[in-house]
Amino acid sequence: MSRLETSLSGIKLKNPVIPASGTFGFGYEMADVYDLNILGGISLKGTTLEERFGNPTPRIAECENGLLNAIGLQNPGVEHVVKHELPKIRALYDGVLIANISGFSVDEYVKVACAFDNAPEIDILEINVSCPNVRHGGMAFGTDCAAAGEVTRAVKEKTHKPVYMKLSPNVTDIVPIARACEEAGADGITLINTLLGMVIDPKSGRPIVSTKMSGFSGPAIKPVALRMVYQVASAVRIPIIGVGGISCADDVIEFMSAGASAVQVGAHNLVEPFACPNIINELPVKMDEYGIENIKDIIGRSLAL
Amino acid sequence: MTKGMYEVLSNKRIAQDTYEMELSGDTSSLERPGQFINIKIEGLYLRRPISVCHSENGRLTIIYKVVGKGTGIMSKMEKGRMLDILCGLGNGFDISKGKGRRCAVIGGGVGVPPMYDTAKSLIEQGNEVTAILGFATKDAAFYIDEFEKLGVKTIVTTDDGSLGIKGFVTDGLKTTDCDYYFACGPEPMLKSLHRTGISGQLSFEERMGCGFGVCMGCTCETLVGYKRICKDGPVFESSEVTFDVKA
Repeated sequence: MSRLETSLSGIKLKNPVIPASGTFGFGYEMADVYDLNILGGISLKGTTLEERFGNPTPRIAECENGLLNAIGLQNPGVEHVVKHELPKIRALYDGVLIANISGFSVDEYVKVACAFDNAPEIDILEINVSCPNVRHGGMAFGTDCAAAGEVTRAVKEKTHKPVYMKLSPNVTDIVPIARACEEAGADGITLINTLLGMVIDPKSGRPIVSTKMSGFSGPAIKPVALRMVYQVASAVRIPIIGVGGISCADDVIEFMSAGASAVQVGAHNLVEPFACPNIINELPVKMDEYGIENIKDIIGRSLAL
Repeated sequence: MTKGMYEVLSNKRIAQDTYEMELSGDTSSLERPGQFINIKIEGLYLRRPISVCHSENGRLTIIYKVVGKGTGIMSKMEKGRMLDILCGLGNGFDISKGKGRRCAVIGGGVGVPPMYDTAKSLIEQGNEVTAILGFATKDAAFYIDEFEKLGVKTIVTTDDGSLGIKGFVTDGLKTTDCDYYFACGPEPMLKSLHRTGISGQLSFEERMGCGFGVCMGCTCETLVGYKRICKDGPVFESSEVTFDVKA
């Protein structure tokens, strides 16, 4: 067994590093930059039932140690993704493929999830109940225990693949939401999505991003994400994918210590195209330094300390 | 796209708030004029996309205007400074479409720089080229001599008439018999060029996340679908472009 190997719901990952949804397209776009097969998994661009343009530009703004985005789930729709994008990425990549699913009603989540459940290329279904950049739906499903449970239950009823619920940090207490997902049958939890944030041009007083408020990510949010992974890991038994501001091997080790079985790298992919390979190469060096034999051994070690 | 470290060879002010920086490093991924680079600036999170003015055998020139924090920091960089740069981004101009046509290269403000290598490539292709360079004022004008040295007929326009024709690049275009253009500049300029009905290629600007096509931060609507300015663009054919957006 490789020292970096980990697993999610019985599915083996060659290492814990997964590019996060929305920061890696459908994966094949990066194939001419580096060999994708080094990656533990890939979480694909968030997909909805119908094609979406997303929000008007500007969709991006910078802030201290991070950025704000309001892409608004631009995607070509599930039918196109299953027919055209999945075969393209599967031809280039032999690791774990995660479909990232969004909807505007429970029924829509189920329809998109079923389409990916039937697609042989997909290993895990990641249900995004936490997008802050769309009106009606998105985050609304992830900020209420009953709604999060309802989406989980409905998707689980109609699908066979592991279902991971991607949660929003924009809640008073993340724990009851994660518990509601677990009770409704979720196989795992991905957290966190972006924090709702804002940047204003000091000269004009005008918000920079077209939607005014938008999703804040990057190294600045790492302590919040880490805290939430820790809290949820203390409260649920299902595996967790940790995400939020990860940009180096030390960050991966912190998140896994807090209870994550794998991690996703998001914003850092946008400023450093070699983010994931750099982290994967750095991991064994850091593990040697800290006396860690296998990365799996440290999952949740901070919970007992 | 390639990533590498580039050395600042020179960095000087050439017009009001406008700087020319020369860099040395790998230029092998630059295949067409109109492509851009994305520069990591210490202390700032996002890279800064800047179009390439000229490149040749491991050397490249960029021209940028100080408009904010990033370009402000850049303007103070000294010779010998090493920069982390993503090179060879975007599609660039397809100059082969200009073959056998009377071509204009049209730049507005900091849209002027990428038109330099575009003009140079067109000349090398055997085209006769007219450059139309638009600036706000005489003080903001730059590179007029450089275009003339290429052997290009150069027309200058300024908003206030302090240099060349008083008016916009479209007023300059009217004085020529060009039937095809390559253009880069602010959106209102591109819009009015598009309205002339003359066909050509337009290079757009937008706030970007990654600059290499994975975040969908700079998507625009075109007549041929949703396009990422950074990867599918920044250059689009006038026949693909619409300024009538739904979103």
